[in-house]
Amino acid sequence: MGVLKGVTWHSGLALLVRRSLQQHALSTCITIFSVALASGLVMAIFSVKQQTHEAFIGGPVGFDAVLGARGSQLQLVLNTIFHLETSPGNIPWAMYQQIKKDPRVRLAIPYAVGDNYLGFRIVGTTAEIFTEFEYQEGRKFKVHPGGRFFDPVRREAVIGSFVAQRTGLQEGDVFRPYHGITFNELERHDIEYLVVGVLEPTNSPSDHVLWIPLEGVFRMPGHQLKDKFVPKPGEEIPDSSKEISAVMLKLTSPELGLDLSTQINRQGTEATLAWPIDRVLLDLFDKIGWVDKVLALVAYLVVVVAAGSILASIYNTMNERRREFAILRALGAQRATVFSAIVLESGTIAALGSLAGFVVYAGILNVAAVIVRDQTGVVLNVLQSAKIELTGWLSISILLLAPLGMIAVGALAGVVPAYKAYSTDVAQNLAPMS
Amino acid sequence: MPLLEIADLRKSFVSPDGERSLVVDVPQFVLHEGEQVALQGSSGSGKTTFLNLIAGILQADCGRVVLNGQNIAALPEAARDRVRAENLGYVFQTFNLLQGFTALENTALGMMFGRGADYARARELLERVGLKDRIAYRPRQLSVGQQQRVAVARALANRPKLVLADEPTGNLDQRSAKEALALVREVCHESGAALLLVSHDRDVLARFENVKQMAEINRAAH
Repeated sequence: MGVLKGVTWHSGLALLVRRSLQQHALSTCITIFSVALASGLVMAIFSVKQQTHEAFIGGPVGFDAVLGARGSQLQLVLNTIFHLETSPGNIPWAMYQQIKKDPRVRLAIPYAVGDNYLGFRIVGTTAEIFTEFEYQEGRKFKVHPGGRFFDPVRREAVIGSFVAQRTGLQEGDVFRPYHGITFNELERHDIEYLVVGVLEPTNSPSDHVLWIPLEGVFRMPGHQLKDKFVPKPGEEIPDSSKEISAVMLKLTSPELGLDLSTQINRQGTEATLAWPIDRVLLDLFDKIGWVDKVLALVAYLVVVVAAGSILASIYNTMNERRREFAILRALGAQRATVFSAIVLESGTIAALGSLAGFVVYAGILNVAAVIVRDQTGVVLNVLQSAKIELTGWLSISILLLAPLGMIAVGALAGVVPAYKAYSTDVAQNLAPMS
Repeated sequence: MPLLEIADLRKSFVSPDGERSLVVDVPQFVLHEGEQVALQGSSGSGKTTFLNLIAGILQADCGRVVLNGQNIAALPEAARDRVRAENLGYVFQTFNLLQGFTALENTALGMMFGRGADYARARELLERVGLKDRIAYRPRQLSVGQQQRVAVARALANRPKLVLADEPTGNLDQRSAKEALALVREVCHESGAALLLVSHDRDVLARFENVKQMAEINRAAH
């Protein structure tokens, strides 16, 4: 140790705090752990909430609108974009042909759903999904080297990267689809599909899908077409018997969706147009907004509990430390100094806890990201933190706000024991103990 | 001018049953720079209260405690704390070392709230009291005699003008007491600090040239 001349009372405070934390190492560690949980939980809840919102609402969708059976727009979007929920019903093939010719529509891709492989959706569609559709501006689906897109007249499939990873299916493998959108091993179709391509990851729900030719869905054994038409091998299916689940639309201009929406949703009676997709999803988050509030409430309660544990852990040591404070006072420490030492101590515990809270945060967010990706295909960015809007023009990252808030709450929790130290009777506590 | 001049100093306490009792009533007391005085008094004679009034730990009911030209009895508490931090050293009967701190840190604490800790000086003092190889030891790792030496080093750390010692040998065996007393007197003498020591131990008092009776100084002790 070098010569430390003129070390001020500030470093004296730091020494007092350090030694106190060392002396009560066990309770300090437990308290730091509880603060870490609280801080990590608050950061994780707000980040998961915001990222989920952004991933669902602002994430790349690639389509402007979805045309489907008369019913819920939300169900339609969840079913076709996120491959969740059941289909609200079917629409006739003619409707697809008609919308495809509409000058307001730049791209119309039919979807037919109703089968799965080990729980992953099988979507029947046209090759345009690979050749025309951009899941993100300027980005089309790509297959891994050596693979290719399916031939529309063969029993071939192109599978998403997540499907390949989870099922082990690779190019050249065959699989047998299962009927329905939920996996039931008793519902296996008696035909085989050949995997001809595995898509490169898109970090979108499409990674969870097995794409097969639309014709394949029509001809899947057990599927009933309109008027109970069952096609024989090689027999052409009349358009009047074809039905599909939805048509995915890219408009020449997104604003034209209003026209289409008015025409289909208000004036029509047969179909529903989900437009704009992000507003439909926003409705979903509005409906489940109470979940966010409950989670935030739980997080705040955990913060209160953590603050209480700081208070309790320090307060419990106050009786044994009265003599220590009296000694410090006798050495010239002012009441404000011992008060500050306790507040600094509780603030330090909160700061150390908040630091450890980043580990908790990373852990929770990683687990949440895996769950969200497994369930929806939506990928959360673990490194991106939520921003909390303080005023109309000032927002702050939750990764900064939560630790700072926790330190402030922690320091505040120290005020009660600090007051006890502040009011220590020096003469009485300096007296020799019997 | 005396280093310490006390006039008409009074302090009383209210007992739990509401009765007020006068504990200190000192019409006059003077101590000069570098002087070493022992106060003899039996238990309950107000010795500790008297020292606490001089140190500014207790607020007097009335009277003057002029230390180095400044009447600390008239100062607010925070100012008295500053005077204590910068001008006074205190040696207690029970040493009152902080258990979580090393000998070096305990010694440095004597400076921390005044002009600031000087660890080099703390080392020098520990060396002076014969604890050069114990600076990193914590109190429980030291003998009681060594602990009292640390307390002496701490009392001298802020270069005080006055060292107050309250039964400094009360917890020591005869040999350690003799050594500790000699040490306190030596280091005070070396640093030019005055020493005011209170004790009821005749062996301790016998070593002082200037012994005053608490009963004579303090009218409340009668």
